[in-house]
Amino acid sequence: MLLSYLPILVMMGIATAMALGVLFFSFLLRPRNPYKEKLAPWECGLEPIGEASAGHFKVHFFIIAILFVLFDVETLFLFPWAVTLTEKALAIPIFIEMIIFIVVLAIGLVYAWAKGALDWV
Amino acid sequence: MMHAGGKLDDSFLFTTLENVAEVLRNNPIVDKLKDNEITRKVANWGLTSSLWPMTFGLACCAIEMIATACSRYDTDRLGIVFRPSPRQSDVMIVAGTMTKKMAPLVKRLYDQMAEPRWVIAMGGCASAGGPYNTYSVVQGTDLVIPVDVYIPGCPPRPEALIYGFLQLMEKIKRETPFILEQRKIRGVK
Repeated sequence: MLLSYLPILVMMGIATAMALGVLFFSFLLRPRNPYKEKLAPWECGLEPIGEASAGHFKVHFFIIAILFVLFDVETLFLFPWAVTLTEKALAIPIFIEMIIFIVVLAIGLVYAWAKGALDWV
Repeated sequence: MMHAGGKLDDSFLFTTLENVAEVLRNNPIVDKLKDNEITRKVANWGLTSSLWPMTFGLACCAIEMIATACSRYDTDRLGIVFRPSPRQSDVMIVAGTMTKKMAPLVKRLYDQMAEPRWVIAMGGCASAGGPYNTYSVVQGTDLVIPVDVYIPGCPPRPEALIYGFLQLMEKIKRETPFILEQRKIRGVK
């Protein structure tokens, strides 16, 4: 039973050997010519300005983006919900469900607000 | 590290990884391999089959360059895949009017490409300044960086760019892929 998996093992072995072999051969044969301009940081051809560690993107953008995505998706769910709301048999249950959904998201927003995620620091 | 007789030194045992790589890369066996005709043919075949150009659209020629990469002309079938970084690319297509303000950037981006590297001057402006014989336009890419293929046209059609690529492939097939080693260009680090 276990022996029937042997081809997979062989294939993995060949694949690994191929990958390592190709990398090794290209390492042997590739040209190597480093100089100052080539090793300079790539900034679309412009001279690098300032330190690389100083130009970081603010992490705060990430939190704002996550909050945006949250409410973006909520809006997306609201559209089909609003269409099906006209059906009388479904109206009451899905209305309550959507209220619960929005409240859950609102709790998240309040939490983020209380934690200071909306304050720009 | 190595004696004149080719015997390994004692210090080789306590060496850095970089020295080991140096010995692996520069020894008579690898030199022999690089002199081999079949190795050269295989290496050239590899180089010609995967020419990765750098997207370097400077003016209206860039539109034709984009059209060449898109589905109608489809350079992917020739192994030509556009890369956004000079570190990953082999060919620089200077597509469009190169102003004097742009020239140092072109030079620096050419420097930042890894060898082997080639340059295609696409269109009249990149080849010889085109209609802009003015104070602000470089009169030809070859004033800044070495050019392998010139493509005339204003702008050249995608067929012309593909023909330029094919000409470049023919050129590469006639070159030796280990020209840097032959000329003892080793870089400074």
